Amino acid sequence: MKSVRAALVAIVVAGLCGVVLVSCGGPQDAGSARPVLNRGISSDPESLDPHKIRSVQAGEVLRDIGEGLAGYTPTGELIPAAAESWTMSDDGLTYTFAIRADARWSNGDAVTAEHFAFSLRRLVDPATAAFNAHLIADVVNARAISSGEKPPTELGVQAVNDQMLVIRLAQPTPYFLSLLTHASTFPVHPGLIAVHGDAFSRPGTLLSNGAYKLDSWEPGSVLQLSRNVHYWNNAATAIDAVNHHVITQEMTELSRYRAGELHITGAIPPDSFEQLRQERPEEMHIAPYLGVYYFGFNLSKPPFRDSPRLREALSMAIDRDVLVAKITGRGEAPAYSWVPPGVANYEPRRLAYADESQDERNGHARRLMAEAGYGPENPLQIELRYNTSDTQQRIALAVQAMWREALGVETTLINEEFQVLLANMRAAEVTQVFRSSWIGDYNDAHTFLSILQTGNPSNTPLYASDEFDELMQKASTQLDAKARRLYLEEAERVLLTDHPVIPIYFYVSKHLVSPEVVGWGDNVLDYHYSQHLSLASSDATP
Amino acid sequence: MLRYALLRLLGAIPTLLLVIVLAFLMVHAAPGGPFDAERALPAEIEANIAAAYHLDEPLYQQFVRYLKGLVQGDLGPSYRYRDHTVSELIATAFPLSLKLGAMAMLLALIVGVAAGSLAALRRNTLSDRVLMMLAMTGISIPVFVIAPVLVLFLAVRLQWLPAGWSGNEGAARFLLPVIALALPQIAYIARLTRASMIDVLASDFVRTARAQGLGTAAIVRYHALKPAMLPVLSYLGPAIAAILTGSVVVEEIFGIPGLGQFFVRGALNRDYTLVLGIVIFYATLVVLLNLVVDILYGAIDPRIRRR
Repeated sequence: MKSVRAALVAIVVAGLCGVVLVSCGGPQDAGSARPVLNRGISSDPESLDPHKIRSVQAGEVLRDIGEGLAGYTPTGELIPAAAESWTMSDDGLTYTFAIRADARWSNGDAVTAEHFAFSLRRLVDPATAAFNAHLIADVVNARAISSGEKPPTELGVQAVNDQMLVIRLAQPTPYFLSLLTHASTFPVHPGLIAVHGDAFSRPGTLLSNGAYKLDSWEPGSVLQLSRNVHYWNNAATAIDAVNHHVITQEMTELSRYRAGELHITGAIPPDSFEQLRQERPEEMHIAPYLGVYYFGFNLSKPPFRDSPRLREALSMAIDRDVLVAKITGRGEAPAYSWVPPGVANYEPRRLAYADESQDERNGHARRLMAEAGYGPENPLQIELRYNTSDTQQRIALAVQAMWREALGVETTLINEEFQVLLANMRAAEVTQVFRSSWIGDYNDAHTFLSILQTGNPSNTPLYASDEFDELMQKASTQLDAKARRLYLEEAERVLLTDHPVIPIYFYVSKHLVSPEVVGWGDNVLDYHYSQHLSLASSDATP
Repeated sequence: MLRYALLRLLGAIPTLLLVIVLAFLMVHAAPGGPFDAERALPAEIEANIAAAYHLDEPLYQQFVRYLKGLVQGDLGPSYRYRDHTVSELIATAFPLSLKLGAMAMLLALIVGVAAGSLAALRRNTLSDRVLMMLAMTGISIPVFVIAPVLVLFLAVRLQWLPAGWSGNEGAARFLLPVIALALPQIAYIARLTRASMIDVLASDFVRTARAQGLGTAAIVRYHALKPAMLPVLSYLGPAIAAILTGSVVVEEIFGIPGLGQFFVRGALNRDYTLVLGIVIFYATLVVLLNLVVDILYGAIDPRIRRR
């Protein structure tokens, strides 16, 4: 019997050892001698071709390996980047940029004004099929080129010489410089494209002009970047290598952060928020972000067509404080306006009932419902659509309960896969109330207000107000910053009295940042360039 | 023999074609498209994108285009991972999933059989009870609970093993995922082995062997283990299936870029080419494996060949 036991123990041990042996083939960590920054991102970039991107994650990686004409400081101040300076003409229509003489691609080639001109033309060329072509829609002829009416050569950009780039706009665009920080306006190397065509952005081929270059990309796992020694400001870059780890699960990301494998997380799981706030308050970075979570009404069909009072009543009866405290719970701000706080040169208007208590709002809302012809005998029956996800579901359930208790509304919840919900929103046939969100493209109120203009493809409520459209039109041709701001604020006021949407809360950016990381700044765009960061003690890295 | 193999191979083509047609129709029938996002695009830009990816063509034309590429061995570019082709993604992801699955299967067999045999030999003792209780727990607790717990203790608290995949060189990063994946199978195989071992140990030939004076170790090794393995062997099929489906979850939790992750992600993103590519890859694999088995049968049993 003893020998059996020994044999079996041996088998078990051998089995375990086998796995361990197979497993422990190599060293655990790669090069801990040089400073390496490990950051988490929630998904792969769809591409590293600036003209093929659309996701936040792609922008994040591209801001490390590429550089636009302008950039931001860690706290969100606009600064010169690949251009060392610029001037704007008095009519606000012509920008002249001086490209740095020492700007270099990752192979040492000079970055010239013509490279930027080429890249902007490629951005609007229909053959490129760029998602973000509309970013520079205000450049002369950009729209006509995108719709195929004019050739890309007609775009209002001109390289006067290697260092001087002139961009002409069709109308004044006060936020134009902030657009030039967007990754889609980063330059691409024309010579590289001539050789490789659209495949130039593949790992191994890509040339970039930022502080880092792409070494390898394992889809679904990691993008490894290392210092671009040719970068004009290389001397100021502290960190030698940056790994962007693709981690879809927030809990996994948190485990890896706790295990010391990440310096910066892309998110914080809601369920761990309170615990982390107590354990690591210094490491949590919660900051206002340019994003609004909202419910939209389908204004093309009953019961919400021509019934602003009904829409207002439903808007009033949602207790946003409860939603942000109990459900989202990560420092989100309840939304009583459409444009988030923190937007440059703008003071958001507020919903008329914003200063009432929730009880007052509910009473008010009941009266509005009664006026609209709904009551206990004739309860409003509506459908609320949201995409399948835990948080969405909890918000929808809470709103359902709030509407039922305050107004007696019978809400049917319909959860749909994201793509299905999008298709339904676009078609506007079966939708009544739907959840949606909007993330600003640039730091200006225009990026939020413009989506509710008639004909805007993102105007899924199908809001159409002549007054609103006219104010937006006036704002877009207004040169004077103060007058423009007043038009925009007035447009928001009109919007908030019409209730095409129910703003629910404003997003916040949420990161865990290791105490080792030096130079981190919170900003409303949630841009965090690795080149601005350094590591306090590189020996403490995993 | 060669003729038989070739005939079978030709016979597989209609099967694969049917799979391709069905998969193609199904991914395109799902609402939404690969480039739909919360942020709607201006009409002219949407049209440019549809044209660039041939999504504006009638479905049959898209299908013919896809088939043409397929015949040349081209599964097309991924819509979501635009700097990578579908073939590249499968070529990197599949070996990883295979390695993970094979290691988990091996671990499950070795540990499961050993534990099951031990429990059978020590039937109704404390060690038997403890082992079987552990096995019951292993079966009852799902992978998505076990995995984070393992990470919490072994990676976060004790820092013995890496918590995630990317950036951790070497193969220590395989250890936790393999254990997480193998645990439920270990438990199941241990219970199976125990039951069948008890049966075998009670059978006549074991009693004869014992009467001839053989020790327990020799009896188990030379006489009992092989017949006791039969139910375990027939469980291998379901076990492999369970490990394949379980790997989707484990890959997700540990962030391993395996095929399961790409398949699920591809379906959610409406990455038509990626989903189709993986379906075709799996279908081909199944067809080929069946073919190999049939040929082997043919080699063993000449009657099959002659038909």
